[in-house]
Parts: sequence; C-alpha cells; structure tokens
Amino acid sequence: MSQPINLGPRSWLSYRGGSGYLLWALHRVTGLGLLLFLALHIVDIFLLAFGPAAFEHLLVLYTSPPGRLMEIFLLFGVLFHAVNGLRIIVQDLFTKSWERQRHDRLIVVQLVVFLLIFLPAAWIMFGSFLESLS
Amino acid sequence: MRVLFKVYRYQPETREDAYFDSFEFDAEPTDRVLDGLNHIKWHLDGTLTLRRSCQHGICGSDALRINGVNRLACKVLIGDVGSKIKIEPLMGFTVIKDLVVDMDRFFSHYRSVMPYFVNDEAPPDRERLQSVEARDAYDDTTKCILCAACTTSCPSAWSNPDFIGPAAIVQAHRFIFDDRDEGSEERLAALGQRDGVWRCRTVFNCTRACPKEIQITKAIGEVKKAIVADRS
Repeated sequence: MSQPINLGPRSWLSYRGGSGYLLWALHRVTGLGLLLFLALHIVDIFLLAFGPAAFEHLLVLYTSPPGRLMEIFLLFGVLFHAVNGLRIIVQDLFTKSWERQRHDRLIVVQLVVFLLIFLPAAWIMFGSFLESLS
Repeated sequence: MRVLFKVYRYQPETREDAYFDSFEFDAEPTDRVLDGLNHIKWHLDGTLTLRRSCQHGICGSDALRINGVNRLACKVLIGDVGSKIKIEPLMGFTVIKDLVVDMDRFFSHYRSVMPYFVNDEAPPDRERLQSVEARDAYDDTTKCILCAACTTSCPSAWSNPDFIGPAAIVQAHRFIFDDRDEGSEERLAALGQRDGVWRCRTVFNCTRACPKEIQITKAIGEVKKAIVADRS
C-alpha cells in the first residue's frame, strides 16, 4: 500500500522556498483578507436597507480601537497586493526580468516602494488608533 | 565533523505509517549528502531505500528534499548544509518506499510535450546546420536532467496533479525554440491548455531548486509569450 505524502498545510509551510515563495504566499493571504473585507463592506452597505440607525450602528465598529487597528491591516493588505500585482505585471511584460538575479532586484524595488507608502500612512493611522483609545 | 541525519522512512511491509529515523556518525565537510546516505545504507541500516545512479549530477535520480529544499544529494556538500541534515522524498508524489517516489505522472507529463525532434523533411546529406545565435535561443534548457526537483518544488504542481509542471515546460522549450524543429505548433497547443503554462504563478521555487541552474521561470515566460504570439 502506497501513500500520498507531503500535501498538507504543514509541508507547504515547511518548504524552504525563496523570497518569491514568500511573496506568493502573502499575495494569496492578502487576497483572501481583501475578499473578507469586501464581504464585510457589502454587508455594511446593505444595512442601509434597514434604515440609517442600523447602518450607523455598524459604522461605530470602524471608529472603535479594534476597527482602527483593522484599518492598518487593511492598508497593508491592499498596498501589498497592489504593489506585488504590479511587479508581476511588469515581469509578464519584460521576459528578461524572469532571470533570477533581475527578479531578486525587482523584489527589492517592490519592497522599497511598499515601505515608502506604507510606513508614513501606517504611522498616521496608528495616531488615529491612539486617539480612539482616549 | 559529527553529523546527524534525520531520514524519512516508509516501509510498507513492516509498518503502515511513515516516520523519521536518526543516524549519527562522523563525516567530512567535503563529503556529499549522498555519501552520508550511502554510509547509512552500507554500514548502519541496509533497509534504507533510495535512488541513485551516476552519483555525479548527470542522471538526476537522487533529487531529494534536503533540509526543506529540493536538491541533488550527489551535488550538495555536507559542510554546506550543516551538521543536522533532514532528508525527505520529493513533495507531491506518492512514496513507494523510504525516499523512492512514484514518478509515473511526472514522465507522462514529460511525454505529453513531445520531447523529441520533429522534422518530416528528408534528411540532408550532412548535419542540419544551425547558427550560434539560433542555438543560443534554447541553450539553457538543454541542461535539464529530469530530476524533478523543479516540478516538486512548485506549489501549483502540489495543488494540481494535472499541471504539466516546470520540467515538462523546460523540455518543450528546448524543442520549441530549436529552429530546425517543426513540432512547435502542437507543443504550444498542448502547453496553452488550462493545465499548461498558465498555472505558473511566478513563484521561482523551480529556478532556485534546479541543480543545473536553468532559468526555468524565464523559460516558462518565453513559452507563454510564444503561445500569445502564436494565437495573435
């Protein structure tokens, strides 16, 4: 009797791929996160059908401390997914960038762009989070 | 140096589940991982089952997952991987025994891209001449030794057994970009299918795993472009 192996989530996590593997995994995770947020967003808009009170009741969630914190994660998800997606489009258009060394350089550029936008924005949003605590 | 080999074992005749066996012994840092596995088989436990043939990085039969990443056991030095070495069979294939996996599916994908020269013209009196530039177009992909390190490092191949896999695409690339070959249309049609090249997600695990340092993701990209050009 033979057995299939190494196909569970544990072995996926245990494979020591490089930066491309990590970015691919993050792209999937942030994609799922965005899908969840989209579902939440559709639900909160739908609540308008039950009148302004119900809608505003849910809006309080977004201004609460956990809501503010979630927004920082949301920014991370949207920004990472967008920048990584743009990098993949660039690679699709320019075959030379599929060489490993160029790919590695492109990832550095991608991370710099991501951090340049994310860090200041997250800092400002963290201020809002601290304000919501007081 | 003292080394500890942690080796994946699956012996269906004696035990139903898979487990890890540990072996500790002295080795030189310049010994290859395969030397360590041979030492285990020849001196410590003769039941250890693994594939190896040429032992010089040409036959491609001893690709294994070494410390979490696909490598050829005969090309990796023990000194380069450290004193604790975890050996597992290639991911995504059915294990037959210990480190030996069933590669039938791998070779059926390989055969599906017609990995041979196609040209129905009458053979010339001498060899079919080719320019240096034309040869360069597919030089990289001639190096493939069919070890399956790339295909079994690919998340798309793990999740979808029907995905043709990087190795078959590399083999197809070798003939698609050979200007003497005339079978490209059929190959591109096969690779343009749902489970062909488009399952590649640019993860680069294959390029990193290749023991012959073939730019696999680049080759896949070139085939993708050729398919698009062929359709337009």
